[in-house]
Amino acid sequence: MKLAAGIDIGAAATKAAVLDPSGRLLGGAVLRTGVDFALAGARALDEALAQAGARPEELTAVFACGYGRKNLPLASETRTEIAAHAAAAYHFFPRALTVIDIGGQDNKIIKVNAQGQRLDFKMNRKCAAGTGAFLEEMALRLDLPLESMDSLARQAEDEARLGAFCTVFTATEVLGKIREGAPLSALVKGLFRSVIKRVLEMDSIEGAVVMTGGVVAHNPYLVEMMAQELGREVLTPPQPQLAGAIGVALIALRSHEPAR
Amino acid sequence: MPDAPPPIKATKKMKELMAGHFLGLDQAAREGRPKVAWCTSVGPAELLHAMGFAVYYPENHGALLGATRMATEVIPTANAAGYSPDICSYLTADVGAFLKGVTPLTQAYGIATVPKADVLVFNTNQCRDVEDWFAFYARHWNVPIVGVRSHRGLGEVKSHHVADVVAQFKDLIPTLERVSGNKFDLDRLRETVRLSKECTLRWRRVLELASRTPSPMTFFDHTIHMAPAVVLRGLPEAVEYYDLLLAEMDQRIADGVAAVPGERHRLYWEGMPVWGRLRMLSDLLSEAKAAVVASTYCNSWIFDAFDERDPFESMARAYLELFIVRDDEYKERYIHQWVERFGVKGVIFHDAKTCPNNSNNRYAMPQRLARNLGLSTLVLNGDLNDLRLFSDEQAKTNLEAFVEQMEELAA
Ligand code: SF4
Repeated sequence: MKLAAGIDIGAAATKAAVLDPSGRLLGGAVLRTGVDFALAGARALDEALAQAGARPEELTAVFACGYGRKNLPLASETRTEIAAHAAAAYHFFPRALTVIDIGGQDNKIIKVNAQGQRLDFKMNRKCAAGTGAFLEEMALRLDLPLESMDSLARQAEDEARLGAFCTVFTATEVLGKIREGAPLSALVKGLFRSVIKRVLEMDSIEGAVVMTGGVVAHNPYLVEMMAQELGREVLTPPQPQLAGAIGVALIALRSHEPAR
Repeated sequence: MPDAPPPIKATKKMKELMAGHFLGLDQAAREGRPKVAWCTSVGPAELLHAMGFAVYYPENHGALLGATRMATEVIPTANAAGYSPDICSYLTADVGAFLKGVTPLTQAYGIATVPKADVLVFNTNQCRDVEDWFAFYARHWNVPIVGVRSHRGLGEVKSHHVADVVAQFKDLIPTLERVSGNKFDLDRLRETVRLSKECTLRWRRVLELASRTPSPMTFFDHTIHMAPAVVLRGLPEAVEYYDLLLAEMDQRIADGVAAVPGERHRLYWEGMPVWGRLRMLSDLLSEAKAAVVASTYCNSWIFDAFDERDPFESMARAYLELFIVRDDEYKERYIHQWVERFGVKGVIFHDAKTCPNNSNNRYAMPQRLARNLGLSTLVLNGDLNDLRLFSDEQAKTNLEAFVEQMEELAA
C-alpha cells in the first residue's frame, strides 16, 4: 500500500503519523524532542510505522512541520505547523473554521474558509503566556504533577481570579492567592482561565471552533471551559496532539496524488 | 533554482559617498569649520545646508548601530541610565553607544566618535523621541537645541498648518546664523530645495521601477540605496548617485534581471526595517520567491512638494505631507494606491516594539485592509534595533506560513 507520513518536530514534543491513501490514521507516536531533532524525528517515525504495521518502503512521501522541520533529512519537504494544523482540522471538520492550537511554546489561531483555504493566522508573541510552557511552569511552582491539573480544575468549586499577562507576574499572583487560602483546585482552574484569555486576546473567532495540540490532548477540561467561555461548541480532532503530524501527512498525500 | 541577481554595481559609488560624508563630518567637528548641525531624518536639512552647516543625521547612525548589531549590546547601557527599553531604540542605541564610547563609524571609517554638534535641529513631525534624544546631547555638550514642533495625525494638510511650520522654520534662523556665523541667503535656500527636489524625483523613480514584474530591486535593496536620499539630499552628489543607479536598473529591466529569481509573490512592507536581520529576512523571502516591492519606510524620503520658487512654504508642505504625519484614513488610501500600482497581494506589518510611530498595525489597520481590499496581511512582532525583542524562529515561521497562505489562496 502507498502510505504517507508526517512528522511534527515541536520544541517540546515530536509527533509522527502514518496515513493510508484515504487519509486514515494507521499509526502515530509522540516523543520528547530533546536536542537532536533528526534523531527524534526518525524515532517517532519508526514508532508510528511499527504501530501501523508498515515498512518504510511503503512510504511514498514524508513531510515535516514544526520548529525543527528544517533539521530532518528524512523528510522530502516541509510545511509550517500552521499549514499542517489547518489541514488536519479541515480534514476532520470540513467547513469554515477557526483553529486554536495550544502548543508547548506557542499558540496559533488559524482561520480557514469553507473550501479549506487558509485566510489568516496569528501566532502569539515572543512571550510564553498562555502556552503549554506556562502551565508547566505553574505546575512546577505549585509542586503538582502536570497530569493532575485537568482533574483538579474539573473538581474546582471556585475559581481564583488571575489578572496578570506575564508568566512571572501570574506566579506572584498565585503565591498571593495561596496566602489567602485559596484551594489548589481553584488556582488551577484560574490558570486554565488565564490560558483561555491569552488565546482569545490574539484574534477574533469565526465559524466552527476546533482546538488542537498537546495541551488540549492532556487537558480536555480546557476545551470544556473554552466552549463555556465562547458559548458555543468546541470541536477536537481525534488525538489532538497528532494534529500537526496528521496535517502535514495529508499535505504529503495530496501533493503525491496523481494529477487528474 | 534560478541564479541570484548580480550585485548592484552602484553600491561601490554609494560606499564612497558615505565614506566622504562621514569623514567630512569628522573633519568639520575636529576643525570647528564648517559648523556641524544634527538634523532629524525628515528635519529641515535644506535650511541647514543653505546656512553652510555640515549636516549629520543621528537616525542614520542609529540604523548603522542596528545593522551592525551593536545596538543590542549598547541599548542596556542607555536603559541603565534611565532611558526605558520601551522607547525608541534608535535613541537608546545611540545614547548607549555614546555613553560606552563606541560607534560603528570606527570599524567602517576609522572615526573615533560621532561628530560633536554645534547645534541640534529637530522636527517632531515623526515623533517626540527625536526631541528627547537631541536634548540629551544638548545638555551633554551645552549647545543649542532648536526645532519645529509639528502637527501630527493630519488628514488634509491645510494652509494654516503650513503657515505655522513656515513661521517655525523662520524662527530657527537667528540661532542658525549665530552658530554658523553665516547670514541667511534666500537664494542659497532655493538652490538646496531645488537639489532636494531633483534627488526626490530620482529616488521616486528608483522606487517606482519596482512596479515592474519581475521587480529589479526589493525593499531590502532600497533600505541600502536610500542612504544618499537620506543623508545627502540638498547636495549635488545625491542627484548624481541616483542617475547612476537608475541607469543600472534600467539595464537590469532591459536584461530581464529579477531581484528575486522566479518571483511569484509581491509584498508591501509597512513599518521600520529590522536592521539587524535584513539579510535573514531578505534570504528567507527570496527563497520563498516573494519580492517585497514597496514599503512605506523607503517612500518616506519622497518629498513631492519641494519647489524652489517657494522654498519655505514648499518645505513646510513636504515635511507635513509625509505618511508618518497623517491620519489613518490617509494612510490606508496611500497603501491602497501603492498596492494597486505595484500588483501587491500581501502586506507585512512590522510591529516595532519601540516605535509606535511607525507601527501602523496597532489600531486594526491590517484587519481593515484585509476586509476592504482583500489583501493578505501579517503582523510581525519585532523591533528596528533591539534584537531582544525579535525572535528569529517566530519570524521565520510567520513569514513562511504567510507565503504558504498566499500560495494556497492563489491556487
Ligand atoms: S520615528 Fe520611531 S524610530 Fe524614528 S526616531 Fe521616532 S521613535 Fe525612533
